[in-house]
Amino acid sequence: MEKLILRRIDRNNEEMLVNFGPQHPSTHGVLNFLVETDGEVMKRAIPDIGYLHRSLEKIGEMVGYPGFMPYTDRIDYVAAMFANEGYALAVEKLLKVEVPQRAQYLRAISCELCRIASHLISVGTMATDIGAVTPLVHAIREREKVNDLIEALCGARLTYNYHRVGGVAFDMPSGWRDQVLRFLDTFDTILVEWDRLLSFNEIYIKRLANVAVITREQAVDYGLVGPNLRGSGMDWDLRRDVPYGAYPNFKFDVPVGHGYRGTEGDAFDRYYVRVLEMGASSKIVRQALEKIPDGEVMAKVPRKIKPEPGEAMARVESARGEMAYYLVSDGTERAYRVRVRTGSYLAMGIIEDISPGLMVADLVALIASLDVVAPETDR
Amino acid sequence: MAQNFPPPRRKRTPRVVVALTLAVVGLPFILLAALLVVLPLSQQPMVDVLIRRWFDRDPATWQHTQLVYAAALLVVAFVIFNFGAIAGGIFSWYERRVAARIQNRIGPNRVGSAGFLQWIADAVKLLFKEDLVPAEADALLFRAAPYFVVVGFVLTFLALPFGESLIVADLGVGIYFISSVTALIVVGILLSGWSSNSKWSLFGGMRSAAQVISYEIPAGLAIMVPVLMAGTLSMQGIIRAQGGWPWQWFIFQNPAAFVAFFILFTSQLAEANRTPFDLPEAESELVAGYFVEYSGFRFALYFLVEWGNLWVISGVATTLFLGGWQVPGVSAAVYQAARGAGAFPAAGWWGLQLASMVVFTVKTLTLVTVIIWIRWTLPRIRIDQMMNLCWKYLVPGAFATFVFTLLWLLLVGQVPALATATGVVLSAAAAVVLVLFLKQTRDNISAIAHEKVDLSNW
Amino acid sequence: MTINELHERLKAQFGDAVGPLSEPKIDPFATVKADRIVEICRWLKQTPGIEMDFCEDLTAIDWPKRNVVEVVYHLFSYRHRHGLVLKVETDRANPVVPTVEGVWKAANWMEREVYDLFGVGFTGHPDLRRVLLPDDWVGHPLRKDYQEAGGYHGIPSLRENPLVELRRLDEIRIAEQAKKAPPPPPPAPAAAPASPPAPAAPAAPKA
Repeated sequence: MEKLILRRIDRNNEEMLVNFGPQHPSTHGVLNFLVETDGEVMKRAIPDIGYLHRSLEKIGEMVGYPGFMPYTDRIDYVAAMFANEGYALAVEKLLKVEVPQRAQYLRAISCELCRIASHLISVGTMATDIGAVTPLVHAIREREKVNDLIEALCGARLTYNYHRVGGVAFDMPSGWRDQVLRFLDTFDTILVEWDRLLSFNEIYIKRLANVAVITREQAVDYGLVGPNLRGSGMDWDLRRDVPYGAYPNFKFDVPVGHGYRGTEGDAFDRYYVRVLEMGASSKIVRQALEKIPDGEVMAKVPRKIKPEPGEAMARVESARGEMAYYLVSDGTERAYRVRVRTGSYLAMGIIEDISPGLMVADLVALIASLDVVAPETDR
Repeated sequence: MAQNFPPPRRKRTPRVVVALTLAVVGLPFILLAALLVVLPLSQQPMVDVLIRRWFDRDPATWQHTQLVYAAALLVVAFVIFNFGAIAGGIFSWYERRVAARIQNRIGPNRVGSAGFLQWIADAVKLLFKEDLVPAEADALLFRAAPYFVVVGFVLTFLALPFGESLIVADLGVGIYFISSVTALIVVGILLSGWSSNSKWSLFGGMRSAAQVISYEIPAGLAIMVPVLMAGTLSMQGIIRAQGGWPWQWFIFQNPAAFVAFFILFTSQLAEANRTPFDLPEAESELVAGYFVEYSGFRFALYFLVEWGNLWVISGVATTLFLGGWQVPGVSAAVYQAARGAGAFPAAGWWGLQLASMVVFTVKTLTLVTVIIWIRWTLPRIRIDQMMNLCWKYLVPGAFATFVFTLLWLLLVGQVPALATATGVVLSAAAAVVLVLFLKQTRDNISAIAHEKVDLSNW
Repeated sequence: MTINELHERLKAQFGDAVGPLSEPKIDPFATVKADRIVEICRWLKQTPGIEMDFCEDLTAIDWPKRNVVEVVYHLFSYRHRHGLVLKVETDRANPVVPTVEGVWKAANWMEREVYDLFGVGFTGHPDLRRVLLPDDWVGHPLRKDYQEAGGYHGIPSLRENPLVELRRLDEIRIAEQAKKAPPPPPPAPAAAPASPPAPAAPAAPKA
């Protein structure tokens, strides 16, 4: 790939080809960018992925339906609950199984807690990339609390394997609800502090506002999803517009970027949408904990899952956007095709076209604001 | 949840380690005491007195006089160099502890009590590392570059005061000398960036050179303001033109000086490559920029200079604007009187020198803490925004303060009371701001009082 | 619009090129002809009332039994909140499909992945390179008949079972040590009378 670019580079030695990665503190995960630059301003930044490709889709064809669930955690280990839920929804669609209400509420609670955790990492690493290293440590401190809560719920802190085909694996432990509420109370004050410390810091705004603007048409055309799409002004959230699970029962606002400090669709909008989403998630969790009904947490699912031949598509609103699972079954115990379409993969596609004219420091801001993680792009 | 477990029992630090820590803590004090003693005694008049007393010779006619002078200078150089190096090491510890508390954690706490021996451990580790010169690098320049940086750093100590008579050489062009000698650091940075033969270090070196050179301008102009007010370029002269009380400091004597202080402070931060101006060594982009290919001892030299520079910057700012070593209530006549008539200064004079050194050190350390605090709070400015800031805001601002000071001095020449009045008003305003700041800090702390962190493991 | 209505309108516009809607067992889809796919996609995107502006997913399925590689297009419309699934069947030996990158830019990278993992060529694609695998990889892994090459640039892709491997290494080491230091002579059964060994000794050579 480099040879291809070197041939195209201007031969009078003013352009440099620099490798940004794959081992680099601020490409989120193992990603490589081939950056053609003329001094500080880039001509192009070509993403080069595949360093974390683990052929999960091929494995899905081998391990059977329930066996694939732990692998889904690894598709996006920063926000693993959503991957679990998407796969579970797809298999349940194939099996035509109805998930009990309590399980749906638990799914929503665990997913929203996971969204908070994932966004904490996202905004924390973004702050570090921009140069303020302290907010990351504060964000990780809060994420530790979320991890502790989820560990109490399902035993794992990172790759949960909590949602199962037909429901969830475990019920809430006793006293968990109060712990979550206590966490949410402190978390809401932390969000206020976060805004004062970082979001409206003059230097931070200068680094992010009006940088790497992605218009609404571009966002839709390139297939951006989730906070990236909402940051560009498109008011779309799967939880509200195509609701699944327990989401029809909750009232929550969906933050949409409208040029909070710069133009609509710039890096600051994408960042601030995530900060606001954390607040919205905390409200959802409170509502869910109030309204959660009693009942079973797991439906009656046959031991050997053998759905009839057909295909099913399930979508969830993950922290990084819409994650779509496309399962093709041929009637046997093993899936015929498992396809995971993640939000980060499409976000990589836009980097090459947005990057001309940006500076190297802005490339860092762009990657951070798109919140790409390597496991999602590579699977 | 984790809070259900009992907190870990803190292991008692062995007494040996505590003793060792205290010994190493004593090291900077020993060095400062050495400076206190050595610096006045190494001035030429005093060396002459010592020659007369110890060798019973007349210095003017003795053939070995120059040798003794050279020996005295070597002793001074040894102490100063050690002070610079150890200050660098200790600031690295200090920065890590302050940064850790800002980030809600503890910081190094294993190596020695409160982790105080951490910098020694790091220095020793770096010394033992393999001396790696990349194959494609320009070997001579690669090896030479750190030394340019170190020389540029250590030479500033020639004109940096520590107390009333505690200065290696009270050059007539003191501040000018310091400002020009720190430019050697740029040479070192450019050399290291280019000779590493790595695109990332080249990037970092270019950025850094552009940054340091650009910010010399507003720094130089801001330096002219206290120079104009004092009427001399000499460091001690500038301090003597100020007084010990806050309303006698230059920063409060003149509204333009107040602005010039901040311009100087910002420019010096940029010259030292500290956040928010640390783009050349931006960890998240260039992975250490111009010294990315360095390892072992050479790497240690760069970091030594980076931290030692904190002392130099703060020392310069204290000298120019914050009254230097002036002890409140002690005027020049008191020093003169305490000196006594003998050839050798009296004990009271040494006590006053100690007091002035303490005042200077406290002010400098306060500024160092502020610099560290800024580093861990603010994000980084992009290179073009930094250039913008320098050329479009700081340079015109510095010019404006310069012109204002000229006019102000003419005015003060007519109305001398104006200087004192301004001093009192501005220092009162600063005191009010300080009180409000402390109140806000107390409110902030009480707002998160429920989040008490277990610090028993410090 | 429901899927049936969408399918009706599509069929009305393109006639033969559009196959029937599959049985709505779980998620229905319609197969279309490969050479008309670009027109169809453009029509779906631009027609008011349909406006599929989001190419949700573009992937492929390998059916060796039917000897086709199906390229699957999941389309969605934000405005009208309806979706459609189209499939294009291509010959497994030489799968080629015109690119829809001109219609939705999102298809760019998704088609690269399909090319990488299935070997489907997309005519008109501006930059058809492998994306997940290294540029010089041989084979298309998600095909059902994919055989691993057994290594990549000398890095083996299979590894011996560590239990077996460690035991083998142990045995080699013991053998080498035995060669170096000859084993000590077995201790003679000292005080016991000779009767058991004696009949055994003449018995042994016969046996």
